[in-house]
Order: sequence, then structure tokens, then C-alpha cells
Amino acid sequence: MCVSESGTMDKDRAFLEIPRKPPKYRPAAERLKDFKAVELRLTDQEVYEQAARCMDCGTPFCHGCGCPLANVIPELNEHVYRHRWREALELLLATNPFPEFTARICPALCEGACVLGLNDEPMNIRQIELAIVEKGFERGYLAARPPATRQNRRVAVVGSGPAGLAVADALNRAGYPVVVYENSAQLGGILRYGIPNYKLEKWVIDRRIKLMREEGVVFETGVEIGHDVSYRYLSGRFDAIVLTGGAREPRDLKVPGRELAGIHFAMDYLRQQNQRLAHEPVDAAPILAEGKRVVIIGGGDTGADCLGTALRQGAAHVLQLEIMPRPPPTRSEATPWPMWPLMLRESSSHKEGGERRWCVDTTEFVGKVGSRKSEVGSEKDRASDRVGQLRCVEVEWGAAAEGGRPGPQRKPGTEFSVDADLVLLAMGFVGPGRNRLVEELGLARDPRGFLARDQNHMTGEPGVFTAGDMTQGASLVVRAILDGLQAAEGVTRYLGTSRPCA
Amino acid sequence: MSAPLIHEYAASGLYAPDYEHGSCGVGFLANIRGEASHAIVERGVEVLKNLLHRGAIGADKNTGDGAGLLLQVPDRFFRAQSERLKVVLPAAGRYGIGMLFMPQSSEARAKCRELVARATADEGLSVLGWREVPTDGSVLGEKARREQPVVMQCIVDGCGSAGSELDRKLYVLRKQIEKRVAASIGPEEGFYIPSLSASTIVYKGLMMATQVPGFYPDLGDPALETALAVVHQRYSTNTFPSWPLAQPFRFLAHNGEINTLRGNRNQIRARERDLESDLFGADIAKIVPILEEDVSDSANLDNALELLCMGGRTLHHAMIMLIPQAWGVKYPIGPDLRGFFEYHAGLMEPWDGPAAVAFSDGRRVGAMLDRNGLRPARYTVMDDGFIVFASEAGVLELPAEHVVEKGALRPGQILMVDLVQQRLMKDCEIKMRLARTKPYRRWVDENKIDVHGLFNAVAPAVPDTETLFDRLNLFGYTREDLEVILAPMAQTGHEPVGSMGSDQPLAVLSERPQLLYWYFKQIFAQVTNPAIDPIREELVMSLMTFLGNSPRILNEIPQHARLVKMRHPFLANEDLERVRNLNEADFRCLTLKMGFPALGSGRELAEALATLCRRAESAVANGYRLIILSDRDLPEHAAPIPALLAVSAVNRHLIRGGMRTSVGLIAETAEAREVMHMAVLLGYGASAINPYLAFEAVADMTMKKQIDVSSGVSGALENYIEALCKGLLKTMSKIGISTLRSYRSAQVFEAVGLNRALVDKYFEGTPSRIEGIGLDEIAAEANARYRSVRERDPAQPPILAAGGQYRFRTDGERHLWTPETISLLQRATRENDPALYEQYAARINDQAEKQSTLRGLFRFKPQTPVPLAEVEPASEIVKRFVTGAMSFGSISRETHETLAIAMNRLGAMSNSGEGGEDPARYAPLPNGDNRATATKQVASGRFGVTAEYLVNARDLQIKIAQGAKPGEGGQLPGHKVNEEIARVRHATPGVTLISPPPHHDIYSIEDIAQLIYDLKNANPAARVSVKLVSEIGVGTVAAGVAKGHADMILISGYDGGTGASPLSSIKHAGVPWELGLSEAQQTLVLNGLRSRVRLQVDGQLKTGRDVVIGALLGAEEFGFATAALVVCGCVMMRKCHKNTCPVGVATQDPALRKRFSGKPEYVQNFFLMIAEEVRRIMASLGFRAMDEMIGRADLIERNEAVSFWKARGLDFSRILFRPSAEPAAVRRTSRQEHGLAQALDNEILAKSGAAIDAGEKVSLALPIRNVHRTVGTLTSNRIVNKYGSAGLPDDTVTLSFTGAAGQSFGAFCSKGMTLVLNGEANDYLGKGLSGAKIIVRPYPGARYDPAENMLVGNVLLYGATAGELYCNGRAGERFAIRNSGACAVVEGVGDHGCEYMTGGRVVILGSTGVNFGAGMSGGIAYVYDETGLFDDNCNLGMIDLELVDDPADEQELRGMIERHLRYTGSPRAKQILADWSARLPHFVKVFPMEYKRALGRLSREDAAIARQEVPIA
Repeated sequence: MCVSESGTMDKDRAFLEIPRKPPKYRPAAERLKDFKAVELRLTDQEVYEQAARCMDCGTPFCHGCGCPLANVIPELNEHVYRHRWREALELLLATNPFPEFTARICPALCEGACVLGLNDEPMNIRQIELAIVEKGFERGYLAARPPATRQNRRVAVVGSGPAGLAVADALNRAGYPVVVYENSAQLGGILRYGIPNYKLEKWVIDRRIKLMREEGVVFETGVEIGHDVSYRYLSGRFDAIVLTGGAREPRDLKVPGRELAGIHFAMDYLRQQNQRLAHEPVDAAPILAEGKRVVIIGGGDTGADCLGTALRQGAAHVLQLEIMPRPPPTRSEATPWPMWPLMLRESSSHKEGGERRWCVDTTEFVGKVGSRKSEVGSEKDRASDRVGQLRCVEVEWGAAAEGGRPGPQRKPGTEFSVDADLVLLAMGFVGPGRNRLVEELGLARDPRGFLARDQNHMTGEPGVFTAGDMTQGASLVVRAILDGLQAAEGVTRYLGTSRPCA
Repeated sequence: MSAPLIHEYAASGLYAPDYEHGSCGVGFLANIRGEASHAIVERGVEVLKNLLHRGAIGADKNTGDGAGLLLQVPDRFFRAQSERLKVVLPAAGRYGIGMLFMPQSSEARAKCRELVARATADEGLSVLGWREVPTDGSVLGEKARREQPVVMQCIVDGCGSAGSELDRKLYVLRKQIEKRVAASIGPEEGFYIPSLSASTIVYKGLMMATQVPGFYPDLGDPALETALAVVHQRYSTNTFPSWPLAQPFRFLAHNGEINTLRGNRNQIRARERDLESDLFGADIAKIVPILEEDVSDSANLDNALELLCMGGRTLHHAMIMLIPQAWGVKYPIGPDLRGFFEYHAGLMEPWDGPAAVAFSDGRRVGAMLDRNGLRPARYTVMDDGFIVFASEAGVLELPAEHVVEKGALRPGQILMVDLVQQRLMKDCEIKMRLARTKPYRRWVDENKIDVHGLFNAVAPAVPDTETLFDRLNLFGYTREDLEVILAPMAQTGHEPVGSMGSDQPLAVLSERPQLLYWYFKQIFAQVTNPAIDPIREELVMSLMTFLGNSPRILNEIPQHARLVKMRHPFLANEDLERVRNLNEADFRCLTLKMGFPALGSGRELAEALATLCRRAESAVANGYRLIILSDRDLPEHAAPIPALLAVSAVNRHLIRGGMRTSVGLIAETAEAREVMHMAVLLGYGASAINPYLAFEAVADMTMKKQIDVSSGVSGALENYIEALCKGLLKTMSKIGISTLRSYRSAQVFEAVGLNRALVDKYFEGTPSRIEGIGLDEIAAEANARYRSVRERDPAQPPILAAGGQYRFRTDGERHLWTPETISLLQRATRENDPALYEQYAARINDQAEKQSTLRGLFRFKPQTPVPLAEVEPASEIVKRFVTGAMSFGSISRETHETLAIAMNRLGAMSNSGEGGEDPARYAPLPNGDNRATATKQVASGRFGVTAEYLVNARDLQIKIAQGAKPGEGGQLPGHKVNEEIARVRHATPGVTLISPPPHHDIYSIEDIAQLIYDLKNANPAARVSVKLVSEIGVGTVAAGVAKGHADMILISGYDGGTGASPLSSIKHAGVPWELGLSEAQQTLVLNGLRSRVRLQVDGQLKTGRDVVIGALLGAEEFGFATAALVVCGCVMMRKCHKNTCPVGVATQDPALRKRFSGKPEYVQNFFLMIAEEVRRIMASLGFRAMDEMIGRADLIERNEAVSFWKARGLDFSRILFRPSAEPAAVRRTSRQEHGLAQALDNEILAKSGAAIDAGEKVSLALPIRNVHRTVGTLTSNRIVNKYGSAGLPDDTVTLSFTGAAGQSFGAFCSKGMTLVLNGEANDYLGKGLSGAKIIVRPYPGARYDPAENMLVGNVLLYGATAGELYCNGRAGERFAIRNSGACAVVEGVGDHGCEYMTGGRVVILGSTGVNFGAGMSGGIAYVYDETGLFDDNCNLGMIDLELVDDPADEQELRGMIERHLRYTGSPRAKQILADWSARLPHFVKVFPMEYKRALGRLSREDAAIARQEVPIA
């Protein structure tokens, strides 16, 4: 079946006749040579056809269960299928302020919940979203729309990651003058410094920031609140302050040898590469993978980002270790539809090289032999202060202990060693990390260590709000955006609307 | 039970006396020569007795619903009496006789006598004397005796007046007496005047027909002579029949229902102020109010008839005004007659509804039928001038050789005997004479103004795109309104269709601002009167309407025709401008704005409404004849008043002021957009509507190419208007109303969630039973919309709200079925995980925060718990569970069988739905599983309803209505009828199958009793259940059904239903089951009928808590449909109608069916988990057994934790009311007495049963009478039980009868039976015929020409699947309706012949009525068309007319006629065969187009197979 120019094909049965078109990528050999985006866009015709597959469910799980932002995916698909790009864009923007980000980096929970996925391949929702937003920019639909009238209360947003940008955008649209403070040199937070360029080229962020500036948002970079600017200063100038500092404190692996050189947190590594590509000064001693045997501990997205980055830097070999078992190739029974399927995922990076192992626990880091003067005879003592090897053991995931979660059991006799010149720890994040303002105000934290807040997203300090990973813990960009939007609503409720009835 | 008690119940419970229904046996007898005799009285009593089975008796077995006779005033009798009374009687005709029901207390009686005497004197007449009418109360039932009045006759001296002048004076006098008595004694005393006339006298009472002569010994007095009698035997649904409501009334006896009663009452009331008549002079003021209060529809019809007759019109003229026949453009009538009807259409709106009426003024006696012909009406004329007319043939045994004519009234026809002229006048003569008494046609032509000018095309509306978005927002438009409602309407000209019911909050529980329309629910016809098919029987329907109307209905002047005529009530923008600028003094037009101060409260809104009403009133006073209520271009500070509120307020105000008929009321509103909106506006009084913003939205979407119509904006608008018209017709047809003129102001809605004060003030007369919001909340909702516009940032892109009524949206209306609840339920049942089930149930049950349903606002009163272990086990509780009726065809075979297997394993019941069942499923599977459904549905299409199907059931369910679309039929389009479905439904693959809106054998309450009896005969072992949908009055319907001997009654909620339906039906028709179930329970208990029937409830039941609430409100059984499908994998796509179900549940597509993942185990898990939840709640409430819980509504209270602002005013006390006046059963404790022991078949079986069992030939001859109903069916049951569907060899059992057969002769009779009837038959002959042969020929010795006389009644061979019928005589309406396999030869048929036929062969050797072949999708009919006019009578929508030129056809036709001759000796058959080659060209072959295509395809396939089978050399 093909879609006619005017999109008048019978869409009711298209899902039976049109197969899902998987995402297309530049060839691995080619893309490893640079840090440019690896994923390619579908052609318009392909997008129309893919949109036709949407069954326009009466109870759309993509929208009502998958997408945290509740993008109105069936209606977007219908618009796209009918070539109504402008309407699609406007409807998309009504729920998602930054589709150009999510369309590139979201794991697309919507697709996991897509009803077609029950017994078929799900929709290409993310790529349709990408087409909508990029078409919008190409055609100039996405022009600045500053609010018609301004509120007389002002808001400061601290942090310019996805949550901060979402808060700023929403409040600006609601008419509040907004100033965003960012302590890094450039804006975007994790989008800028965490996610590799090959997944999100930074011009995408610049384009959005430019638009937001045109719409009236003021950005100040290189400003650390609590250091460069005091809380008193802020609270005097603003009626509300929103903290969106992210979850910066990585989970560490406290095993013998952790102090050795050559063991780094993934985010430090990734940030440096982003700074390098942006021609910013690198903020610490360079961490580079070129020619090295790299071991990444942690099998998640950040680990995958490290893997792709290391390969591009010319690593000799990359190994990614994960303590969890290898997921099944298709949806695990433990995560039935419409839950986000637990299954083996291969990011674009995994297709570029490297090796993955599961059910592996690292028990010790061992220094490089001979690179440091030995003092006494033992092998360990002879080791240098640079990491040279990991001692690992395989684990088994038994049944859950009484009332608890299943835990790993080390399997005796499965110990092995892995040589490594560079170890990257990509094991998640455990808290917001150091934040002067938080400490100055003594803001309460929840039991996990993240900022506590009420249903309006306000911290214990009146007028001080928080959003994103800083309060909800490390999560997806799309969830940070949602949290930002919800915080903006909380701020609006707190400030009340002063806009006169037009 | 006394009247005050009824009203007390009505005030505190849900029982509503307004919704009592009556229908009955009716008839008249007369001597055309005008010779009075006592024999007429005797025969009248005989007729009554033979109509007894059409009446009903209540819980007290001896109390009938009422019976009586209307006679001429018997002068000889009263002369005899006067001597005894020592009264000097004036000459015949110069005195009047009052028949009075007097109070039981002598004190009150004395008072009444005094009042009567004084009033009589005041009117210039005098009371000559009183006579206490001898009565014998001992024959009465207990209830009737308790209320038995003292019956007295009062003799009034005409003081010089006589004839009609005296009758008019006595009419005025009666009105005076009624008023004076009402003013001085209470209604509980029971004073009532059955008749007060110089011409007629009425003997009637609350009794059964057989009791009438015993109660009134007068009737046995030979001096009591009359030349005419009107008789009536009442069957009311209700609980509380009363003496005054027995019939005949003063002029008529009515078998029917007035569906438009409220509108008719309003219109009559509106005219009272301006009534004038030379005949009455100043007395006219004394007869107001015209209509009696708190009486039945029939009584009010009698009042209206009386007014018109007394005002000077002849009896038949008045009748035709009140109940006009259809006269639309599709009706073949002459211009004079059309002029007559059009003139009167502007004067009087039809009293619409099924009706057979017998009427008399003492000089004439006659009968007529409504436009749909929905009541049987047969008559016989004898050579001595005697005529008998009755609801059935055979009510009197008359010598066949003296019969001159046997006939029947056709739809809309009238028949009258004029005793003065001593003539019998037929329809054509009566109407043509009337049409020419005045130049009506010229009056109409000269005066009417056509608004939809010469050009049909609608000028394109130009959207003001600058402000469009804000205005859409202001009037609450959502993206759904545009995309789901308007766009499809404008695109296709049809209302959009959806599936899977409604799981959203009621308007009063919704957090989003709701339009006022959403607080109203459509009322629809069920059981007591049929819905109409607005598509196949469109010719009886009309949207034609007028602006302007005259109140002076007693005059006949040309000015009455000075009206603006519209084809439909929707005004395009330029139409409205034309009307606004009509340069006519008669049509001065004023526009009033519907706005109130924005952000104001209810008080400001009330003031604005009061101002609006005042302005409208002064406009009328100042001579304006058209008022446009407009929300266009409101000032900035004004928020729109909901148009419905404004229209209804002004309408009511003008009615009260007696000014409404002087003015046309036009709503120019942005708010109205969908069919329901239009229907409510019209139902509350709008004359016409200009939905200008909907027009603009359609135009805008068309210009943006969101709507793609080749003819552009005007085409889209025309489509949109057409869709509105179709939808409106459908909405009207659901309640059985044919014309918009009578739908207007008929208020056929129930309010849900509006408070009493609001309703009483602005929607007076509308039922509203749970209170709810008032003006403050309405203002708040309007303000919320206003604010959203004012506060919008114009810089941001305009995105309308999502809506979410029809599809789940996170920011739209809440649903109970969400991705979360669906997946929790699926996981819980698949993994059999009680913890997940509890999470699911908690999300549904806990509505404290997010209220969705009425029951969500309930909570249980704390009780002393019992240990869980002591509670009835789940394995017992599940036996009360059933799955919903979903046909194989609507859902896949996999789903259907999964449900059946699961329910059979549990000992519960699954339901076949309407679509038959594959007989292969009757045999168990190797593992012991049983795939057969326990409940077999019998729905209006009767698909696959064979004798064998009926025998293989534990429960036979008559589906009257379904929650998704009560009052509507259905259609399975040809492309969905695959090989397998066609086989089970006895149809041809590829041929569309239509289920009509009504059961064509249930036009009234007595008919359902008949169908129940038929089914019991077909399978005495099965129980018979009746499925109703919740609406106001369902309690009285349930009572009627219980009286009709149903074993179980199912009350469905409006919100349930998985089937595909128009969206407006899914959302707006019917009410939640909490209301309907409680009403049914209360009414049945009050009436002592509850002990005989079980109650079942369904409609969005999802959890054990729902079950418990259902039980506490009175249900014994519980149905689940949607939830069971979800368990089978349904993900609420709501696309069932598209055959694209991606989970293989609701599809026939083999590829998709492979995706079905359900298992019986999941369904078992589901029901067991529900039962466990029920057990936990039972334990907490202290119940050990389910039975203890039934009807314990006292354990429910309102959950005060719910603080939602709109829910605050809700009051559930009526739902929770428990009638406790008399100790009565609150659940089924006994069984129905079905009366099978009296069946004639017992005699047959006694003589032939053994032979049948042995398979030997049997031949019997028996006399038969009309009281012998459903003859042959029990015998057939014996055969099918033993021999299955194959039956016996042809003619094994031959039964010959002589006489008039009762209804349903030969119903469901199986192969091997031959039934010969010498005489005549009533309705439903050969219903569901399953292979038998039926032969009907005239009485031996009859001299009338069978080809020109009526031998058999209406609705023959309904749903027949096989067999033959040969009838040497004419048949009535709807011959061979929905026939799918029988072959029949008949000499002529009435209207709607072969309607919905899908198979079989029909030969008609004579003329046909109109609308032949409507909805006929299969089978072939051959019609002998001697006059060449047959095609005028055909509905050519689905059929082709061809010559019989194929030799195979000729052979088939000739063979059938030859057999007809052989079996019946038909003279006509003989003539035709004798001259075959000359006669053959007169035959027309009626060949359905789809059938032709399907046969072509099949023969091509056969040919292809034949080719393949040729071996390749």
C-alpha cells in the first residue's frame, strides 16, 4: 500500500500492510571518524507512511501510559499523515517544549507502550516527532512567540539543563520575566556536557536558546549562585527561584584500588569531550581513550555514551561490564506491555564496536605492574598508582530474600581479571552533589538525598522551588522536562496570575 | 392502593406514575342500519371476553387493568328506570345521562350530589333524578374492590336543548362539576365522571373483561339497547391501575401510546388563552383547562378530541387532525388531500405514537390507526349490516356464509359507520370528502412562505478566522468536537460511529465545564411502543416544520395557513437573514441576545433570563411573530447564557402566558453543534436553529482541507445539515415519534444532575431524580469558558482543549478504562495475581477524589462483620455472573468461544448475542469443554433464531434495547458477512443484514407477553428473560414485563454496550443503571411482582464492589461485557466497527484473529477474583449469603468525603428508597405461571405425542379460536428435542384446524409438520418458521372473494428460516418481514411487504401496500402487478425490479403457484395458471441488488471450482 500525495489512503488497515521502518544510521565505519550525529532522518514519504501505521487507538497507551509528557501522539500522527505539519507542530509544542531534544535522545517510552507493539512492531514515534520539529524549523513555523503581556513577578532559574530550560520556557510563556543562571560556560546542562555530540549535536541546543532569548528569556552563564551571586541578591530581585541543578554526584565503586589513577567518573569523561568539541577549555587533566584498553563499568545509557566516545577517541579495546544479567532479546515477561520493556538494547554505539559482559561484579582495581618503584615483595605492592587491571567475579541473581529485592551472589570459582588502562564508572547518580545555595538555605532533602519539595515543587524555603534530577533523582531528559513544566505550574500557583483579563 | 400513597412513593422513590403505559384490546360493534338492540351489548361483552388475553392482571390475580363499554344512551332502559325513580323523562335526545364514580363515604357522596345539582342549575339545566347503579363488587379482585366507587347515574334535563347542542352544554357542565368537586373534596375520594352526555354512556371499571357483566347487572337488562358499542380491555404496565383510567373514555378507546404527550399538552395549554368559538360564546372560558391533570395519555387524547368535536368539527375530522396519516412527498396521495393535511399540520401537531382508536359520539362510530399501523385492527362486515372491529380477528364467532367482507385497517386509515346515514364509510371516501369541504389546498398555496427558497444549495458560510478560535473556546468546542463530530458529519453526511460504551463521568461529576445539553438524557421507546426505523420507513417521518402557528384552532379560516414553511429546522446563515428581514407584517422579527454579566453568579444569570422572558413577552404583545434568541456578537462583558436554558425559559414563559403559539422561536447559537444539542433545543421549544459557529467551523476546516468535499464549503455544510437531519430523525424515531412538529416541546428527556428548583423553573415537567447543580454552577461553567478566552495569550498557538469524551486523553475527560486499569486487569488475570487485581479494583472503586459514577459516590454503612470463611464460596457467587450479549460477528469466533467455555466451566452464563450460533458448538469438545452459550438472544433481526437454536438454551433473552443505542436497530454491512457468519445467520455471504429498531412482534406490552409465551412454547425448559435499558419509566415497563411472565429482567445501564453505535446514542440515550435498577426494584416490590422475577444488571460493571452495590439495589445477577473483553485482550481501541481490532477480539479478519491472545482461564480468573472481592465486602457487611444482600439499599449511604463542587447538590435518597408499606418479597422467591398447561398443543400431543416419538404419520383435525395462541409450537418442540433441526419427513404430522387462529400460529414450527387452517388467523403467523408447511384457506362455506379479503394478520413469517406458507387470502402489513428462508404464496399484502428480507421466496398474487421491499437485502419476491402501479409502492433503496424472463425463475414461480393451487384451491392461482403465458409478463421480480451481486459472485466461484476440478490431461 502506498500513501497518496494528499494522504487519502485508508489509514484503518495501514498497520497491517506497512512494516515499521527502523531508524537509519550512517555506516559505523564512517561515523566513528567524527562526532557528528549518527542517526539519519526518514524521508517525508517514509514519515507519511510510518504515520499511517498509527491505529489512532481509542485508549492510546503511547500518550496515556508511555510518554511522560503525554504528547498527543495519535493526533500528531494523523496530522503528519495528512501532511498538516504546522498543526502537528503546534499540537506537539503544546505538551513538549523541546521536541528537538527528545526526538533525538529519548528512549521513546511511547514506543514501548504502543499498542501495535503488543503483537507487531511499534510505531516510529520518535522519528515522526523529529520530522515534525525539524520541518517546523525548516519552514519557519517555529519562530519566536514572545508573550503578549508580561506579569509583574520575576523568576530566577538556576541551572540550564532540560528541567531548567523547561521551567524557564513555561514561565516565560506565561508572561513572567525569567533569568536563567548557569555556572558552566555554555547552556544546556547535561544536554551540552553529558550527551555526546553524535547523539545530540550542540547546534540543536543553540538554536533553542536563541529562540528562547528572542522570546525574552535572559541567560547568564558562568555564574554560580551562592558564590558569584548571593541568595539575598536573588531573593531581592526575584519573586521565585527554581533550582534545577541536576543529579551530579555519581555512584562510586568503593573497592580496593579505587584510588588508582586512570579511574574516572563517566560524566567527567564525557564533559571533557564535549568541551573539547566546543573549543572550550577542558576543566581538568584530560581523560582520553586513544590507544587504551578501556573498561566501562555500568551497562546503561551513560556507559554506552562512554563506549561510543572512547571508540571515536581511538581506544584499543573497549569492554562494558554490567552487574545485571543480560536481558532477553525481546520483551521480558517481567515487564509486560505496556510497561517499558526490559530487553537487550543496543545503542548506536554498541553497533560500532566494543564488548559487553553481564553478571560481572568488580572486586578490585589493580595498579599497573612495574610502573612504580616496588618497596616490598608482594605483587600488589609492586603495582603502580595507575590502574592496570580489574579483578572481577561473575554473579548470580537469586530469588529475592524475604521482603527484599533479588540480589547478586558471587559465584565462587568464576573470578577473572581484565586488563585496563582507563576505567570509566557509569553506575548512576546518587544525589544533587555539592550546591552552595542548597547548603546556605539548609534545604531539606528526601531520604535518598535529593531535594525535598511539596506538591507545588516548592522546597522548605518559601519561594524557592526545585525541579528535575536535583529533586526526582537521575532520570530521563523527558522526565526532567516534565518535572520542569510541573514546577512552572507550581510557581504560577504560588505567584498567582497578575495578568489582567485581556 | 390509593392515589395519595402512589404520590408518596413517587415523591420519595423512583416510581413515576407519569410513565405508566397502557395498551390493550380495543374494538367496536355496530348495526350499520342504526337499529338498536340488546344483542350489540351482549356481543360487545363477548368481544371483551375474547380479548381477555390482551389485557393483564396484576399481582392480585383477579384485578384487571380495566375494561368497559361505551354505548348509546339507551332510552328504553332509562324510560323503564324513570318510572321506578318517579322521574318524568323528556323525549329521547332531550336529556343527558351522567355516569358518575362517587366517593365511598356517604358524606362525601352527598356533598358531590349537592355540587352536581348546583352546577347543573348554574348552567341552566336541571337534575331530574339520581339512580344508584346496581353493582356486584364480589366479582372484583381485592385491589379493585378496595377502591370500588359507588356508581351513580344522574339524569339531566336538557331544558329544551337536544342533540349536539345539549351535548355541548353537558360538556361545559361536566367541566364545571369537575372543577367544583376538585375544589371542595380531595382527589383521594375518587370522584370521577366516566360520561355525561345525551348521546353516549360508558360502563367501565377496574376489572377484567369477564367481570364486566357481573359487576354491572344493567348490561344484562334486555332493555339496554344500543346500535353501537365501543369496547376496551386495558393492559397497563403499571402497578397502580385506577378506576377512572379504565376505558372507553367519553369519546374513544385507545390502544396505544402518545409519545409526544408532553408537547401536545404544552401546545394545548398554550392555546387556551386565545380559544374562541361561536358555538361556545362566553362559555369557552369555562372549559379551560381543556386537559385533565394526572391522567393517562389516552385520557388527554380524549379531552382533545372532545374539544374539537364540541368546537364544531365532525368526529372523523377531529380524529384525522389529531392522528394524521403520513402525507410526505414520498406518500402517494392527491393534491387536495395533501393540502388538507398541510393546512391542519399548521394548526395541530400530531398526537404521535402507535394507536388503534375506536371512537364514537353516539351518532357515528369508527376506528383509525396511526401512521405507522403499529396496532392490529381487523373488521368483519355481515350481510345483515352488523360490523365488528377489534384488535383481533375471530373475537366473535360469526357464520362464514353471511360474511360480506373481512378487512383490516392499514396504517393511517380510518373507517366509520354513520348510523344516521346508515352507511359504512371507508378511508378514501372519508378523507376525500373532508379535503373538499373547504378550499384547504388553495388556502395553503396562497398563504405559505417557503424559507428554503428555490435554490437548494447552501451558500458557503465565511468563517471569521480572526476570532474563530476564541469563539470556539468560548462555547466549549474541543478538538474532538471538530475532528470526531463535525468533520465526519461534513465529510460523509452521517453521524459518526463509535464503540465500547461510555466510561466517562456523568456531566455533573465531570471536572471540565460541561454544556448544559450533557445534563440531559434521551428517553426512548421500549416494549410499550416501538421505535421507528427512520431509514427504511422514512416515508412516515417528517422534519417539515412551520414558523408561526395559530392558537384559534376551533376556527377554520385561510389565515391559519399563513406560515413560514421549512423542510427541516436548520437555518443556514442566509436563511436566517432572509427570515430576519422578511418584509411582512405577519412576520415581524426581533432579535434578543442571550448574554449575562460575565463572571456573574446564578443570581445575575436568573436576572438575565427574567429580562429575556420579559422582552420576549412584550415583543409578542407588540406584534412580533418571530423571536431570534442569539448569542452572536455578544458585548465583551457578557458571557453567553446556555442557549438551551434561554430557549426553554422563554418557551415556558410564553406557554404560561398563552402566547407561545403566536410566535416562532429561533435559536441563533454558537453552542449547538451535534445532534443531541439540536434535539434538546427542539425538545424544549425551539422552532428552528441556526448553528452558525458550527457552520463556520465546518467552513474553516473545509478551507484548510481538513474536510475534503468535492463541492467545497457549501457541499460540506449541506452534508453537515444532512447529518443533523438524519441524526434528528434517528433521535425522534428512538422514542417512536414521527414528526418534528410533535417532537417540538415534547421534552422527551430526563435530566441527570440538575436540581429541582432549576428544573421546575426552566424545564418544568422534566424528570430529574438525583437533584444536582443549579444556576450558580451553570454560571460557573459558562464563566470558566469565558475566562479561558479572556486569559489566553494571543501570542501562543491556538490549541483547543482535547475533549476526551470519545477517546482517552490525559488532559481530557476522565475514563475508568485507562491504560493503567486496562494493563493492571490484563496482568492480574493473566498472572492470576490477586495483588494486581486489588490494585486494579482500587483504581476503579475509589472515586472519592476522581468521581465518575453515581455508585462511586456511595459508601457502605458500617456493619458488624462476619468471618470471611463463613461467606458463600466464590464458586457459588460466580454462577450469578454472565457475560454480555455480543454476537458472533461483532466479536471473533475465538473470543466468543473463549467466553462461552469459561462461563460454562464456572457454571455461569455467556450470551450468544444477536447472530445465531453454529450448531457444531452444541456438541462438547473432547476435553469436555462446552462452547455453546447458555443464553440465546432473540433480537429484532431474529438472525439464526431457529427451533433448534431455541431448544439449545438455558435462557432465552428478548433484547428490547441495548445500552449503547437503546431504541435503535443495527446493521452488519455486507462486506462483513463472511461465509461463516452467513451460515449461522441463515443469510447469503456479502448481503447486508439489518436489525430493525423494534421487534416487529413487539409493538406493545401485550405483544411481549405473547413473545414470551411463544418462546416458552418453543422451549419450556428455558427461562425467558427480557433486556431493558435504564431510563425513567423502566420500572413500570419492568412491571408490565413481569406481568407478561418474564422469568428474568435485565436492566442495562446506558453507558454499557460494546457495539458500534452513533456517538450521540452512546453518550446521550438512557441513564445509569443505579437509577434504572432501583426504579425497577422499587416498582416491582411495590406491586408485589418482585417475587416472580429475577433481576440482572449490567453496564460498566468492573469490580466486586460494583456487584455488591448492584445486589444491594436489587439485582440477583450481574453482567460483564467490556471487562470480560479486556481480560481477553481488548485494549479499548474503540474501533470495533472498523473490523481492524489489533488484538483479534472484535474482528473477523483472519490475520487479526490470529493475534487473539485470550484464554478461558483468564476469564475464569477474572470472575473468581471479582467473586472474592464480593466475599470480602460481604464479610465486612455481615452477610453470609448473596441472597441476604439483595435489595438492602438501606446499607448504602452517600460518601460525604466527596467534596466535588458540582456533586454537592446530589441527593440519592430516591435511589436508596425502600418501599416498606407492605411486607413483600424483595427478590425472586417463586416462579411465573406461564399457562402452558392451557395450550391447545397439549391436546394435540396427548393424541399424537407417542406417534411423533415413533416417527409415525399423524393426522388430526381440531376447532380453533383466537384465544388459542402459538398453536403447533409445543408440538414442534417435541420434534426438535427428539430429531434436532432435521425434523421429520414432510407431512409426517398434519394438523387441520377450523376457526380463527390466535396469534403466532405455527411459530417456530419445524420440518415434518403441516398446519392447515380453514378460517383466518391473527398476527405473527409462521413466526420463526423452521421448516413446517402452513396452509391457510377461508372458512368452509365463505362466499367472499379470498383474494380481496383479509385472511391473516400482520407480521407474518417474521424471521422465518425455512418452511412454506400458502395463503388463499390477503395478509396485513409487513408480510415476510426479515424472512431468511421460507417460501410463501399469498394473494395480496399490506404495507412494508418483505421488509428486511434476506432470503427465501415470496409470491404475491395481488396488490401490495406502500414501501415494499424496504431494507430487503436478499431473497426474491415475485409480485403479480396487474395494474402496472407496483413500482410506485416500492422502496427502491435496495432492490431492482425485473421481468421474470429467466426460465429457471419462471419454473420456480410457476411451481410455487401450482403448489398454492393444489393446497388452497385459490381461484386466482387457477386463473393465472390457466392463462400462463399472458399472465407471466405481469409478474415483477423483486431482486435485491446486493443479493444479485452475491449470487453472481457465488456462481462465478462455483464455476471456478468446476474448472479446477477438470483433470488436466
